[in-house]
Amino acid sequence: MGEKKASRFGFYLGLTELADEHRDIIVLDADLPKTTGSEAFRKAHPERFLNVGISEQNMVGMCAGLARVGYVPFCGSMAVFAAGRAFEIIRNSVAYPSLNVKIVGSHGGITAAGDGGTHQCIEDLAIMRALPNMVVLSPCDSNQAAKLAKIAYEHDGPLYVRTSREPTEDITTMDDEIELGKAQKLLDGEDLCIVSTGMMSVIAYEAAKELQTDGISCSMLNIHTIKPFDSEAVRKEVARCHGRVLVAEEHNCIGGLGDAVARSLVGMDGISFEHIAVEDRFGQSGATAELLAAYGMTKENVADKARALIKG
Amino acid sequence: MDVSGLKEKARQLRLDVLDMVLKAGSGHIGGSFSAADIVAALYYSVMKLDGEDRDLFVLSKGHAAPLIYAVLADRGIVDRREKDRLRAYGSPFQGHPDSNKCPGIDCSTGSLGQGVSVAVGMAYGLKAKGSSAHVYVLTGDGELQEGICWEAFMAASQQMLDNLTVIVDRNRLQLSGCTEDIEALGDLRAKAEAFGFDAEEIDGHDFSAIIPALQRRAEGKPRFIVADTVKGKGVSYMENRYEWHGNLPKGDQIAEAYKELGGRYDG
Repeated sequence: MGEKKASRFGFYLGLTELADEHRDIIVLDADLPKTTGSEAFRKAHPERFLNVGISEQNMVGMCAGLARVGYVPFCGSMAVFAAGRAFEIIRNSVAYPSLNVKIVGSHGGITAAGDGGTHQCIEDLAIMRALPNMVVLSPCDSNQAAKLAKIAYEHDGPLYVRTSREPTEDITTMDDEIELGKAQKLLDGEDLCIVSTGMMSVIAYEAAKELQTDGISCSMLNIHTIKPFDSEAVRKEVARCHGRVLVAEEHNCIGGLGDAVARSLVGMDGISFEHIAVEDRFGQSGATAELLAAYGMTKENVADKARALIKG
Repeated sequence: MDVSGLKEKARQLRLDVLDMVLKAGSGHIGGSFSAADIVAALYYSVMKLDGEDRDLFVLSKGHAAPLIYAVLADRGIVDRREKDRLRAYGSPFQGHPDSNKCPGIDCSTGSLGQGVSVAVGMAYGLKAKGSSAHVYVLTGDGELQEGICWEAFMAASQQMLDNLTVIVDRNRLQLSGCTEDIEALGDLRAKAEAFGFDAEEIDGHDFSAIIPALQRRAEGKPRFIVADTVKGKGVSYMENRYEWHGNLPKGDQIAEAYKELGGRYDG
């Protein structure tokens, strides 16, 4: 296994490299460059980096202005401030006019850990996917985050990317071919289909490998694009897996990947649906492993839920 | 255009606003009238409207949309007939300016305060590119109660955006009353100076003050113009009354408004 890396850093490594070639990329940050990962960009391209201070609303508003004069601005903070504090600016000054602004929310989910519930964003995917014109990305690991930086740049329009604080093993490679709006098949199997996003894809992947030794073969779809959602791939794969689907996400159970999957399966017969997500409660302080256990985000829980699905 | 020409333009713009809002059955007359002279000065005298380095205008007080629509129709940027379709389904003249639906709108606005921030982003980007274009943003005074304005002001002075001019339509009234009774704005010129602007206060209905103020630049500093204005300016019974923020004249008031603006009411 390789070195553990966090997707928040991977994303900006990808963007920093891309910016050598693309001079229209500019990055804004609200006084958290070392936290969000944008420090790498600041070091490489200081002339195209702006720290606007602790003012997420103005950061997004300025990005709308920069997009209007021809830049491709990326701006970020912790997800709770990027998607939350600045929400209505994103809605009315970015999504409504459909401007080419990219919002990068780091520290998605409960693994902001020690900072506690105020800083653990469990609702960003829900609020961002509810916005017309908005594309929503959620890489599973550092490699994928780096690849999504290019995809984000190449997409002309408003876009939100959620990255994670927690370093993990990479389960994808820089050579993987991924496409905006298309589910990524990580494992072939037929007993059940795991549909996951973000760091939960890494955890579910480990669980699926263990289940395999028990003779349970999991198909696994990693959803790096939450919106537009690849309903067709999900329907097809779940149908092939006898209607058994397990959704795993580090997000509230309301409004995230689970809802997107459930909606895509409406009308299909014989669906068995399990969902690992935050059960509509806020996060709290704790060590990462403690929190993951307390909120059911473990490979053991994934394996248990998978076995329960197969037992029926 | 000379001052008498600008006065005539502003009068015509006010009449067009009245036409449009009455036809639509809703819209904001008071704040459109208070800003009419400033907007006339920008579009008929001060701004460079064509070419790659054309100036940009952000109507951050987006509810004064009929005023900018009147300009766009008059300049032929939008078909004049669209003036009959303010707030209508499918119209370029949405209730608040929509840059995707209406040509000539540099920024969608309507949610107060955001236009200021977008204008700061535009000015920052243009300056970074070495463009000579200038960015003008018009805000209401009540609008400055939104915190994002002050975040944006800090950024503008920090980045030394001397290609930005903020104009405050200081009519001292907001939807539900007097700004100073609701959430006092106080000495805006002093506040702007404290935020690092080159600021001045002018009579927002006097073209001989408006034009030089809009043209003035301060090296290394953004500009801030507190334009003292009268809400409902041009129709005596509307002047300085907050009720005319969003209300429409009725009955005899309609003919009276046209008469005072020197227009004809076709009923």
